[in-house]
Amino acid sequence: MDFFSNLLAALPGAVAQGLIWGLMAIGVYITFKVLDLADLTVDGTMATGGAVCIVLMTNGVNVWVALLCAFLAGMLAGLITGVLHTFMGIPAILAGILTQLALFSINLRIMGKKANMAINPDNFDLLVSLRNVKKVTLENPIFVAVVFTIVVIVVLYWFFGTSLGCSIRATGANPNMSRAQGINVNFNKVLGLMLSNGIVALSSALYCQYQGFADVNAGRGAIVIGLAAVIIGEVLFSRIFRNFALKLLSVALGAVIYYIVIQFVLTLGLDTNDLKLITAAVVAIFLAIPYWKGKYFKGAGKAIAKAGAQAKGGEDNA
Amino acid sequence: MLELKGIYKTFNAGTVNEKRAIDGLDLTLENGDFVTVIGGNGAGKSTTLNLIAGVYPVDAGLIRLNGFNLTGLPEHKRARFLGRVFQDPMMGTAATMGIEENLALAYRRGKRRGLSYGITNEERKIYREKLATLGLGLEDRMTSKVGLLSGGQRQALTLLMATLQKPDLLLLDEHTAALDPKTADKVLQLTEEIVARDNLTTLMVTHNMKNAIQYGNRLIMMDAGRVVVDIRGEEKKNLTVRELLEKFNIESDRMLLSE
Repeated sequence: MDFFSNLLAALPGAVAQGLIWGLMAIGVYITFKVLDLADLTVDGTMATGGAVCIVLMTNGVNVWVALLCAFLAGMLAGLITGVLHTFMGIPAILAGILTQLALFSINLRIMGKKANMAINPDNFDLLVSLRNVKKVTLENPIFVAVVFTIVVIVVLYWFFGTSLGCSIRATGANPNMSRAQGINVNFNKVLGLMLSNGIVALSSALYCQYQGFADVNAGRGAIVIGLAAVIIGEVLFSRIFRNFALKLLSVALGAVIYYIVIQFVLTLGLDTNDLKLITAAVVAIFLAIPYWKGKYFKGAGKAIAKAGAQAKGGEDNA
Repeated sequence: MLELKGIYKTFNAGTVNEKRAIDGLDLTLENGDFVTVIGGNGAGKSTTLNLIAGVYPVDAGLIRLNGFNLTGLPEHKRARFLGRVFQDPMMGTAATMGIEENLALAYRRGKRRGLSYGITNEERKIYREKLATLGLGLEDRMTSKVGLLSGGQRQALTLLMATLQKPDLLLLDEHTAALDPKTADKVLQLTEEIVARDNLTTLMVTHNMKNAIQYGNRLIMMDAGRVVVDIRGEEKKNLTVRELLEKFNIESDRMLLSE
């Protein structure tokens, strides 16, 4: 009984944390799924956003302005990775690692050479705070995070439906075809990386407010958590969620599920120091599921495809 | 009018794999010319098309289309003037996007891509009509992902995309080579219809001599990066596969002897 009451008590925290990280995972979705790039910049940006936000707020800047600045700082980091990748011809994964490494120093500079920086919820007007997580008010971080998630999904849904957004999706789907249709592939990659890192930094800014401090190590392993959310969302919801907005929603839900699972194993009595190991294992397994499905259940997959083709009247043979 | 003047292209220069792909190529196409291009492997047919499209830059020479110098332009900027269909059916379309989305991307070729709608209902009507002309039933599957289509359907769609905005020059790079004979014929027929309807200037690479003779008003044969045979008008109409093979062999032999 203790186990369940403990789990239940920890659940609101897990959901709030999951929702905030869900925003970050949506950023990862843009590069990993839409652009087909593995962008490791986010491990740096996940600390940058918070650092910028907390430093600005402790210096008396309005919380919304601080959030906007965090978003812009993230975009700048994405721009650097994009330029390294497109203009300087460095493979995307390496370009991300370079920016991520550089950001560690920059994040320390932003925070005045301190490894972490606290912000007291009593003295500042925070949008989300850990202390409100069990209160039934409009200040509850779960409510605020849900609003942010909906706004981000709506804006992204609109953006990826525009001519420019469509051309970014095409860039990820088939760069050869995109160039042949007059799309500036390099420009679109940079734009996608900026948008992605901007959202990640926004998530970081919210997360630091939620925790009450910014930490230079906040982003360590962030990409893996982002990927976990993307993949969990895809594995669990891809059959029912086909619309782009719903796919983004499934990413956010993936992050929430990830944090609930983590909370579950922690309540079972696992050491927090083993978290990264568990995360890696969870992601590895979820990454393997689609591959195993294709490899060991090929027969079943083909049979379904065949039935589908016949249902369409065999017009695919034309 | 397309003008290629003194084009040179060498791959892997300065290495043991050095290969002079294009060797002083001169070629002029009049507006409305439908030119078929044949030649052995490594003759420089596809390289010529890729140089025109800007996939890689020329080492030397000039590429001009309707008086506009394309030589230094990047690939995506040249796309404004060009319609392209590739050998690989996977290459010309975005598999994870819908049929209408692919068409919408092609509809905006050469236009600014801003924050206006990526596809409008008026466009959908145009696409439906255009798809119906293919006779493949695709007009009833506009939102289907292109990845679900067969190779022939994808090539037909790519052809439609290449000509949705009338191109100054249509580049067809062995676009039926990966299809079965029946489907290849169907796609070639569509090609001829579209080219004739819009009076498109066309450069079509093929390995099939019969097709090379049957289609177009002019035939060129390439070897070692140059045009070695150029037949047009009446002479082309009366050409037979046997005659063409003879020319092909003579030219190949001559090249062998000269080496």
